[in-house]
Amino acid sequence: MFDDLTDLYQQVILDHSRSPRNFHPLHPVDRQAEGTNPLCGDQITLHLQMDGDRIKDVGFQGSGCAISKASASIMTEVLKGRTPAEVRRLFDRVHEMVTTGRQDGEDLGKLAVFTGVHKFPARVKCAMLPWHAAVAALEGNTKPVTTE
Amino acid sequence: MNAPVKNPRAPVEAGTWSAVRPDFPTLDQQVNGHPLVYFDSAATSQKPLPVLQALDHYYRCDNANVHRGIHELSNRATHAFEGARRRAAEFLRAGRPEEIVFTRGTTESINLVANTWGAANLKPGDRILLTEMEHHSNLVPWQLIAQRTGATLSFIPVTGDDGLLDLSRFDELLDNHVRLFACTHVSNTLGTVNPVAGLFARARRKGIVTLLDAAQSAGHLPLDVQELGCDFLACSGHKMCGPTGIGLLYGRQELLEAMPPWQGGGEMISSVDYHESRWNTPPHKFEAGTPDIAGAVGLHAAMDYLDGLGRDRIFAHDQELAAYAFERLKSLSGVRLFGPNAGRSGVVSFLLDDVHAHDLVTVADQYGVALRGGHHCNQPLMRKLGVASTARASFYFYNTRTEVDRLIEVLSEIRRFFSA
Repeated sequence: MFDDLTDLYQQVILDHSRSPRNFHPLHPVDRQAEGTNPLCGDQITLHLQMDGDRIKDVGFQGSGCAISKASASIMTEVLKGRTPAEVRRLFDRVHEMVTTGRQDGEDLGKLAVFTGVHKFPARVKCAMLPWHAAVAALEGNTKPVTTE
Repeated sequence: MNAPVKNPRAPVEAGTWSAVRPDFPTLDQQVNGHPLVYFDSAATSQKPLPVLQALDHYYRCDNANVHRGIHELSNRATHAFEGARRRAAEFLRAGRPEEIVFTRGTTESINLVANTWGAANLKPGDRILLTEMEHHSNLVPWQLIAQRTGATLSFIPVTGDDGLLDLSRFDELLDNHVRLFACTHVSNTLGTVNPVAGLFARARRKGIVTLLDAAQSAGHLPLDVQELGCDFLACSGHKMCGPTGIGLLYGRQELLEAMPPWQGGGEMISSVDYHESRWNTPPHKFEAGTPDIAGAVGLHAAMDYLDGLGRDRIFAHDQELAAYAFERLKSLSGVRLFGPNAGRSGVVSFLLDDVHAHDLVTVADQYGVALRGGHHCNQPLMRKLGVASTARASFYFYNTRTEVDRLIEVLSEIRRFFSA
């Protein structure tokens, strides 16, 4: 059983949750979104700077559990240089991975540390919260998005 | 065929509460390779065998619709359903069974009052007085009816982490605009037991209608609506050893009679024409459609079970376990505790260092310890306390000190895990 736990809380995840990367607001902000998980009260504000159709810089703020914080931190590193279409495709791939444990197609790189989430269905929303915010920001959705 | 179980449980002596454990099959299992420690009874309690047997017996032997049939089974079902109502009236010391309305639970009971009494009586400028520690179910229905009627909400403040009501300005808050005062008896997050009888007496002297949210108290301590002085009381069967889907609303007879109906349908009418209808009398006026008959039968068995044990003894056990847990948690370093130091019910909310409540609860579950982590349907209170969520251990009479010791051990493991 503790294999499941250490799969969920890999050292990389614990490290990112303790010292999240890009954990600051951006000025100016081209796109932003707020995401909340109504079940636990977790909240994230995501800021994006764009360079044409590509994401130039990403910053986030908020409070959350180790999984949502690490997911946001690693996501901010992965999103730089991506187009909205690529982000939506990544969203689907990450969702597939955290719900089924499967990673089909191209290597998800450092995002693969979240594979262990699929054994903890109650925590899927924590991992997906920042991704919901990212898609909402790119779609220009100004209403807060929720994981529900 | 199982016979219904009568007088299910004799009282147990203090210190021998583990004698009730064989009555609860759910408690006897391994979770993730460890014996289950169920500390989430504030969310829902486990169900004892007499309740399961009563449900089984009803469906095997007596199942029929109520109040309509002439046949034997319908008579039996009606007798069982109305018997549960009489039992509930006795359980809450209501003056008469007609003051008991069956609902789906506390939430529906409060929504019923908001949508009937509230819609008929509230007008622009009126105020509904609540407290800052209300569960969303005793807050959002009032927000909705306030929006519809032009009434506003005001709140008795909570002092802080110690989780008491700040009553220093209570008389000012009870101003001439307040029409209704709704208050929780026991906080589901803080474990505070509010001094409701005194507050209700002061409110009623000013002609204010009072509602008690008894979701966390009905199965834990003796309740007497006369002594409490409430006009309405709402509670849920599933938090007091009964089935899910059944709950109670107590309402004072004059108020129930004056209130318009809520949902329309069968049962709640006395005569129907194509263009208008006449309403049945309370409580049937508020029970449209086929009710949860089996739920009422199960709740009857639950009330018998609880009173067999003695609710005063149950509460003493809750309090003793909570005080023990509070002391043991306090002895750990880096623990932030919420709620009063003394006199709390069997609910203890806490945070551990930098470990988020969700992470804590996930790891505890791997050790077989079932806790709740989150905002506990108390989002405004969480914001006031400056936290996103807490972890909560909630106890009932089937829990033991050994289980509390196990929780403390597991918390030490969790701390080790996250600081590794």
